[in-house]
Amino acid sequence: MRPFGIATLVLSLLAAAPPVLADGDDVVIEDAWSRASIGTSRPGVAYMTLRNTGAEPVMVTGMRTDLAMMPMIHATTTDAQGVTRMSHMEEVEIAAGEAVALAPGGLHVMLMDLQRPMVEGESYTLSVIFADGTEASIQVPILGMASRGPAD
Amino acid sequence: MRRRALLRYGTLGLAAVAVTLFAGWWQVEGPGAPDIAMGDRRPLPLTNMDFTLTDHEGRPVGPETLIGRPSLVFFGFTWCPQVCPTTLADISHWLDGLGAEAGILNTVLITVDPERDTAQAMAEYVGYFHPQIRGWTGTPAQIARAAEGFRVRYEKVALDGGNYTMNHTAGVFLFDATGALVSIIDFHEPREFALPKIRRAMERSEPGTG
Ligand SMILES: [Cu+2]
Repeated sequence: MRPFGIATLVLSLLAAAPPVLADGDDVVIEDAWSRASIGTSRPGVAYMTLRNTGAEPVMVTGMRTDLAMMPMIHATTTDAQGVTRMSHMEEVEIAAGEAVALAPGGLHVMLMDLQRPMVEGESYTLSVIFADGTEASIQVPILGMASRGPAD
Repeated sequence: MRRRALLRYGTLGLAAVAVTLFAGWWQVEGPGAPDIAMGDRRPLPLTNMDFTLTDHEGRPVGPETLIGRPSLVFFGFTWCPQVCPTTLADISHWLDGLGAEAGILNTVLITVDPERDTAQAMAEYVGYFHPQIRGWTGTPAQIARAAEGFRVRYEKVALDGGNYTMNHTAGVFLFDATGALVSIIDFHEPREFALPKIRRAMERSEPGTG
């Protein structure tokens, strides 16, 4: 019953506390890019840097795009045995004045259930969803499959 | 106050997700593998391995294919949008950086996902990267046997929607021309450490220096 107790406490805190989170307006999104895909059966990936220019922390709770039915933020971790795995991040916090990089080898947006192939040279719209319900939309350029980023 | 609550909530959410992923796991391990201390699991010399696979052009290959020239071998799968393209893009970049001398280096991606990575799927995939990169696949049993020689671990993880992904050892193994392990490029180590390691494997392969 303990987990249920904590969940209840959290919900009551959410209901009672005044909102202090900053808007998505405070977040600048830089260096977004994706790799081209082979067809639509494999998942795609998107990278970017999220910079919080506000005075309050910002929480990213998800992504939305018509390119993929299930875009989700994944973390990549490697254990002591060198085994690499991805885990779904339901929330990513960006501290005030800080930046979080979604980059090859680390955090990334996994674009599951692609609706069309990701073609090098094209771009698509991706919306970053914040905890306060606001969204920030960006155009993400699609680079080559073997690209290492916009500066490559 | 609200921030604390959200963070707490976030932790609970992450825990729930982790449990879901663990429940979907099954682990593929070679015979006797659990007896070996995990930290010491370095690949055997290629000369002590025994496996047969198929390359992306349908030719039979094995550890003996790699003897005689220095080799760069890593495990992955082509359904992975993150670790594998990143590693393949890095390797392509290193091969370009080595220039003509890279021509002697065997460069092989062995799939940990033989179910989806047919020879044809491997051919299509490696075609997007440096032309020297070869893709090897096989039956699940053949892949398990190869992975055991390299002391590579891999496990299938269920994803929402009926799909799955693979957790796997992501290091890049470097062997000299005799098949001895020279070093491992870890996935998370700074990439500038890689070229000197590859050069060392290539130098150890020159006559009289090994
Ligand atoms: Cu992912």
